[in-house]
Amino acid sequence: MKGDVILSVEGVSLAFGGVKALQGVSFDVKEGEVRAIIGPNGAGKSSMLNVINGVYHPQQGKIRFKDKAFADMNSHEAAALGIARTFQNIALFRGMTVLDNIMTGRNLKMRCGFLQQALWLGPARREELEHRRAVEEIIDFLEIQHIRRTPVGRLPYGLQKRVELGRALAAEPALLLLDEPMAGMNLEEKQDMCRFVLEVNDHYGTTLVLIEHDMGVVMDISDRVVVLDYGRKIADDVPEKIRGNQQVIDAYLGVTH
Amino acid sequence: MAIDIGTLDTFPKLLMHHAQVRGERPAIREKDLGIWQTWTWREFADEVRFLACGLAEQGLKRGDHVALIGANRPRIYAGIAAAQCLGAIPIPLYQDAVAGEMVFPIRNAEVSHAIAEDQEQVDKLLEILPQCPSLEHIYYDDPRGLRHYSAPQLESYDKLRELGRSRYRADPAFLEEEIAKGRGVDSAAMFFTSGTTGVPKGVVLTYTNLIERSKVVADWEGIGEDDVVLAFMPPAWIGQNIFSYAQPLVAGYCICCPESAETVTPDMREIGPTYYFAPPRVFEALLTQVSVRMDDAAAPKRALYRYFMGVARRVGERIMEGKPVSALERLRYWLGDLLVYGPLRNVLGMSRIRIAYTGGEAIGPDLFVFYRSIGVNLKQLYGSTETSVFVCVQPNDRVKSDTVGPAVPGVELKFTPERELLIRSPGLFKEYYKNPQATLEAKDSEGWFHTGDAGYIDADGHLKIIDRAKDVGALADGTLFAPKYLENKLKFFPYIKEAVCFGDKRDKVCAFLNIDMEAVGAWAERRNMPYSGYTDLASRDEVYALLRGCVEQVNADLAREPEIANSQIGRFLVLHKELDADDEELTRTRKVRRRFVGEKYAPLVEALYDGRQSVRVEAKVRYEDGRTGTFSADLKISDAKTFPPAAAKRAA
Repeated sequence: MKGDVILSVEGVSLAFGGVKALQGVSFDVKEGEVRAIIGPNGAGKSSMLNVINGVYHPQQGKIRFKDKAFADMNSHEAAALGIARTFQNIALFRGMTVLDNIMTGRNLKMRCGFLQQALWLGPARREELEHRRAVEEIIDFLEIQHIRRTPVGRLPYGLQKRVELGRALAAEPALLLLDEPMAGMNLEEKQDMCRFVLEVNDHYGTTLVLIEHDMGVVMDISDRVVVLDYGRKIADDVPEKIRGNQQVIDAYLGVTH
Repeated sequence: MAIDIGTLDTFPKLLMHHAQVRGERPAIREKDLGIWQTWTWREFADEVRFLACGLAEQGLKRGDHVALIGANRPRIYAGIAAAQCLGAIPIPLYQDAVAGEMVFPIRNAEVSHAIAEDQEQVDKLLEILPQCPSLEHIYYDDPRGLRHYSAPQLESYDKLRELGRSRYRADPAFLEEEIAKGRGVDSAAMFFTSGTTGVPKGVVLTYTNLIERSKVVADWEGIGEDDVVLAFMPPAWIGQNIFSYAQPLVAGYCICCPESAETVTPDMREIGPTYYFAPPRVFEALLTQVSVRMDDAAAPKRALYRYFMGVARRVGERIMEGKPVSALERLRYWLGDLLVYGPLRNVLGMSRIRIAYTGGEAIGPDLFVFYRSIGVNLKQLYGSTETSVFVCVQPNDRVKSDTVGPAVPGVELKFTPERELLIRSPGLFKEYYKNPQATLEAKDSEGWFHTGDAGYIDADGHLKIIDRAKDVGALADGTLFAPKYLENKLKFFPYIKEAVCFGDKRDKVCAFLNIDMEAVGAWAERRNMPYSGYTDLASRDEVYALLRGCVEQVNADLAREPEIANSQIGRFLVLHKELDADDEELTRTRKVRRRFVGEKYAPLVEALYDGRQSVRVEAKVRYEDGRTGTFSADLKISDAKTFPPAAAKRAA
């Protein structure tokens, strides 16, 4: 089926003071798969993503990415290793155009120094052209040519989400973390987004980890699903099995413990 | 630059000629990855050669039919030319048609090869494949999303081109011979008419039809290799095809393909076309955009705009036509050009336009005059698929807003006693494919084509079209009822997107209206009116009052035209949904199918006439993903004031 394990999360625990956000969570992500993390509100899904890309540092456990183990790493290192993400509340530069926003995603790939760029020297110029081409390919891929020059703040929500995906893609990540990519979208926007997510996976071969609330979407597009509840992993399986899992149903519908 | 269409009697021959005489000049531009990419005539000819050889390798033979489905892309046009090189007949199909609509043309013409732009089109073709056994090869241009498709009929355009390239390298003479076999009298292309009624018909046009008409008009208007056209309407529409395939091949000008359907306006600004053709609704949409933005502008700008548009209305057209205008007015217009018209033309991407045509249906006179008054040389033309477009064109110095101009050289016109227009022209189509009866009905033994349009020739020798002959009716009191004429008047208001008028054999005229979401939405926003969507906004009392104002203004106008003063609109309602081609209420070219709408909404029509103040509607809606649902709503019906012919001045 899918390739080797690219990311493994081993016994990760994370607490904020007395609040235990994650308790001994372990799972793995295989290369090229679409992995969903689901769970009720406050289950620790976003915390999990934040641990994976180095925003939070777990008290226990470790993350192994491409055969390198990290007890804790910061988000710069994660980005340099090829982990990119989008955010639940869009985090774009609202006053900048779509093109410039996506260009910022190429930041880590730029080699020329400030002076070279300011003086528009040969290498800086070549580099700029190369990056611009990569960005244009993403714009083409996400079908947002018509808003290339529009400041992001003026765009509707669904398109902003698409731009954010574009920025994450610009980093050419090996692993892409999507935090609720379809939240607040209407049916049509969701369908578009699903198509893009699947195409990213198919076309660029990017491994995807996504948090999503819409069960229909999760069951449709993911290869395997991890279910969290109160910071613990309660299930980890293919979507068909998750659908019938009693513990998952209980967690979602709520039963007296 | 005289091209001898006696020897260069087919498009492939013309293409090879251009590749020779102006090989390094641009033939097609396409915006890709944010940059305009240019194909010279030489490159385009090579592309066509390779593609033609590839198609020949795949078994395409003289007389076969090739379907092309996609937006304006160089490769779609290369596909058309490649098929013609081999003597096959290209059939461009509307790219926004649903799968079911493609079955008829493909079966009817026994299409064996199809070139599709992308996954969307491939999906449709694969869906109908079981019903279309003749379809053996589907070539796709954009491979995106198609990696895991395994249908044996599928092949990529690139592979086809590579296949053709090696064949061409091995045996270049083959293609030259094939091209030389083509004759002017051969079928060049087939266009399926959208058909406001009944099944579509495949209109077969010969090379001579298309080339002769294109050349006559290009010579008459002085169109040459320096002209530039932006191709943004569907290539399956004869109008677009003439302007972006037939005529460039005759005159040697360059066509530009926009990046996507949404980027047409900025792309047009970048390219600055010199020659432009669009149906009235495009001009209408552009004007609506301008009006909406002007309404949002600061007060001084609004005042400036209003003042100078007044000046333009008074003298703009006269200045363009070189008629006498007082020095003071000239000065005012010159100032206006500096401050308003020039910048406006620039925003519209029309700064360089020498000739702009509109056609396909009647254009509202106010809309027409608007563009002319700001210095855009907009002219009307009249024609149809069956006549290779050009029948009548307005000459530069004699444009009248309510006629379509005199006949183009070579065309003869006459009328039946019922006012139906008949045409004889070298551009007249060969036949309706496999439909001799329809051919016979449309084209009589003396070669006159029955247009189905009603009209007359006015005192200046210009043709005036009133309506479709079958649509022109009479009110119960005998007054002429020309629904299209009324609808066009209504649609000039930016707030009204579509209108459908009823009145044949009735005592008065009533109308269905569709609001324009963009214009009315902005209007509501300025008034801090919250609304949830189209249906909600359309049912607001404030919106009804707004539209009543529009309808009454039309009535006041009509009161000044004695023959039709009685066809003022007495009552109207605003429909709960937008009329949509997917629901078959509009044709693919967005013409209202009045009879179908009348039947579909028969209870609403009755309610308009029986004096009720509201009517309940149960509607089935089809969503874009194909699911259907029903909902019900109460539609209000509003009365509108009508004016006796004498009292018209007050409201105007």
